[in-house]
Amino acid sequence: MASKAQDRSIDPASLIMLKQAEKEGIETAWDRYEKQQPQCSFGQLGICCRNCNMGPCRIDPFGEGADKGVCGATADIIVARNLLRMIAAGAAAHSDHARDAVLTFKKMTEGKAGSYNIKDEAKLKALAVEYGIPVEDRNREEIASELARALLEEFGKQEGPIQFTRRAPEARLKLWAKLGIEPRGIDREIVECMHRTHIGVDNDPTHILLHGLRTSLSDGWGGSMIATDVQDVLFGTPTPIKSTVNLGVLAEDKVNLVMHGHEPILSEMILEASEDPNIQKLAKEKGAKGINIVGMCCTGNETLMRHGIPTAGNFLQQELAVITGAVEAMVVDVQCIMPALGALTSCYHTKFISTSPKADFPGTVRMEFHEETAYETAKEIVRTAVENYPNRNPERINIPDEKQECMVGFSAEAILAALGGTPAPLIDAITGGAVKGIGAVVGCNNVKVKHNYGHVNLVKELIKNNVLVVTTGCNAIACAEAGLLVPEAADQAGEGLKSVCEALGIPPVLHMGSCVDISRILVLASAVAKTLGVDISDLPAAGAAPEWMSEKAVSIGTYVVSSGVYTVLGTVPPVLGSEAVTGLLTKGLNGVVKASFAVEPDPFKAADLMIEHIEEKRKALGLEP
Amino acid sequence: MKEVMIRPERCMGCRSCEIACAVEHSESKDLFSAIGESPVPCKRIYVEYIPDLAVAIPITCRHCEDAPCTTVCPTKALSRDEVSRRVIHSPELCIGCWTCSMVCNYGVIGRQKEARVAMKCDLCPDREIPACVEACPTRALVYAEVKDFSGIKRSQAALKLAKGMQTGSIP
Repeated sequence: MASKAQDRSIDPASLIMLKQAEKEGIETAWDRYEKQQPQCSFGQLGICCRNCNMGPCRIDPFGEGADKGVCGATADIIVARNLLRMIAAGAAAHSDHARDAVLTFKKMTEGKAGSYNIKDEAKLKALAVEYGIPVEDRNREEIASELARALLEEFGKQEGPIQFTRRAPEARLKLWAKLGIEPRGIDREIVECMHRTHIGVDNDPTHILLHGLRTSLSDGWGGSMIATDVQDVLFGTPTPIKSTVNLGVLAEDKVNLVMHGHEPILSEMILEASEDPNIQKLAKEKGAKGINIVGMCCTGNETLMRHGIPTAGNFLQQELAVITGAVEAMVVDVQCIMPALGALTSCYHTKFISTSPKADFPGTVRMEFHEETAYETAKEIVRTAVENYPNRNPERINIPDEKQECMVGFSAEAILAALGGTPAPLIDAITGGAVKGIGAVVGCNNVKVKHNYGHVNLVKELIKNNVLVVTTGCNAIACAEAGLLVPEAADQAGEGLKSVCEALGIPPVLHMGSCVDISRILVLASAVAKTLGVDISDLPAAGAAPEWMSEKAVSIGTYVVSSGVYTVLGTVPPVLGSEAVTGLLTKGLNGVVKASFAVEPDPFKAADLMIEHIEEKRKALGLEP
Repeated sequence: MKEVMIRPERCMGCRSCEIACAVEHSESKDLFSAIGESPVPCKRIYVEYIPDLAVAIPITCRHCEDAPCTTVCPTKALSRDEVSRRVIHSPELCIGCWTCSMVCNYGVIGRQKEARVAMKCDLCPDREIPACVEACPTRALVYAEVKDFSGIKRSQAALKLAKGMQTGSIP
């Protein structure tokens, strides 16, 4: 049988592991995707409804069969309801992550989470000021305690406002208010999504989608933003730092512990625990040269950004890391963790350790993580990994050499600091034309796209055309692996962008963090818009999610568009079964929130769409093309 | 020749075969583009639901060896391809008299609305395996020679008998 590996990824390290998997008959996501072919057409078009037990109902997309469900719901209604549920799930994932971060923060202020403390006091005070909490002549514990309560209230608020929405430009706030889509409370909007999509509640596609916009805003300017900022207070606001990425960061002669998932609450403790002298000693006794902690997915992005901890890869590399045969422990919390890891790790010596009270998987060793006992549990986790080192089968170890240097840690604060404290130099570069605009490229991996192909090619096209790229999530890791996150990558940028990058010593692609950190992009966009005295939708900026797959990405795309940024999706969302919804998303929204979606699977054409949009916005601002 | 053979006990009524058929007979052959096409792409396979038994069964042209439709067609629009042994339809010869529909035992000769001619399964001449067969998630449709299909059924029946011999009771 011909090797399929070549068609599955553009990343050399991943190709080595894919070939290894093929040789050993190990199943990966790509094989399972093949077995799912052809995928259900009703599902792809979004025209099946399982919301009540008179169904399941389906609409015939070719008009010969049923054109309504039992309750009378048309394709438009069914597609809109399904989309709203996707937004709700995505917003819930981000916001529940935020809740855990705030609860940890609160427990810390109450002295119940002794392993945590305040790492960024300046940010603590800045956030307190935003909330109108007095900071003068008060100790930081008092301020933190009051801030924790205020942040926690955002989840249960009934009538808003969510404080961080006030970071948006005045014009945007007015627009949201006029449309009635200002979020009233994080949990309320998500609950209302589930209510509205229950049988016989909201059945007007536009009305349904407007609530989708509101819910997504409760994520972007609520849950996600709170997660980012509280994590900065607890673990430090990222500043530029160098590190390495890709599967080659796994060590041949050290205990490899991979931290996979999303919440730094766990990973920060594991990092600390791994430095414990007793555990270090134990590692030596077990024959290892040390303990190698690496990240994966967005947990990886969190520790990469704050500590320069190497990252082994993005979403589609989670199985490949195990296939190296060199992972002693795959430690997971929540989100984007494949249940397939259970069966896969059972083929190796790897311990699959689940830690979140709300997430377990087949074949795990359960080590539930609670703030009160965070450090002790983290130590147990690291010890389990160390004790597993002698169980390695040296004959099965195959770690690719590929690893790539990267410069990361560009929080909005760090970018502004690099620019001298104000966005003015960036604005000058944009108005002067050296930088055409800003491209925000984010999102997951998806087996429907050759791994990293969409990400890397889209970003390369943008920088070639003098568009400065900001990135988070799996795109950030893809760019890092492709060598785009080093200052030298400026050579691949157009002349204008190249000169700006060289002057500032920065890469043409700025790593801004994990997927909740897309909130940092909102903050940056807002700062630029405010300085220019315009709305975000007036900026020469565009977004893209070339390989998106998760419901979180649906919420993200929606809040980015609702914030005024035109966004190109690389995989088709399940909405094409409704002309009305498709039309609204790709055109109609322009008349509502002054931005819309586009779908373009070809990354080169997607880049063209973004550049075209940026040029239009430049023209509208009276800037040279 | 290979036929689309049906294993009715496996059909779950998902209608994936119908959609795949319509897409295969569209201009673009792509689901996302096909739904917007005019003329609207049409299916040639039909999932029939039998309410009394609560079962669904896909029905499609049997490409009968002695096909009544070819016998009655006044313009030879329906004929048997001597090489592939398929019952084929030439729309340019069709006068839309529906005589074929009257004599078809399975009711699988439909009407192409825009061109006002007959329309039936062509076993997807551009594909190795017909689209409906490939789309069936439970393998209720298989593309096989009758002798092979029957061979498998025989061996399954034999297995049942053999098991009965071992336990002393024939199920």
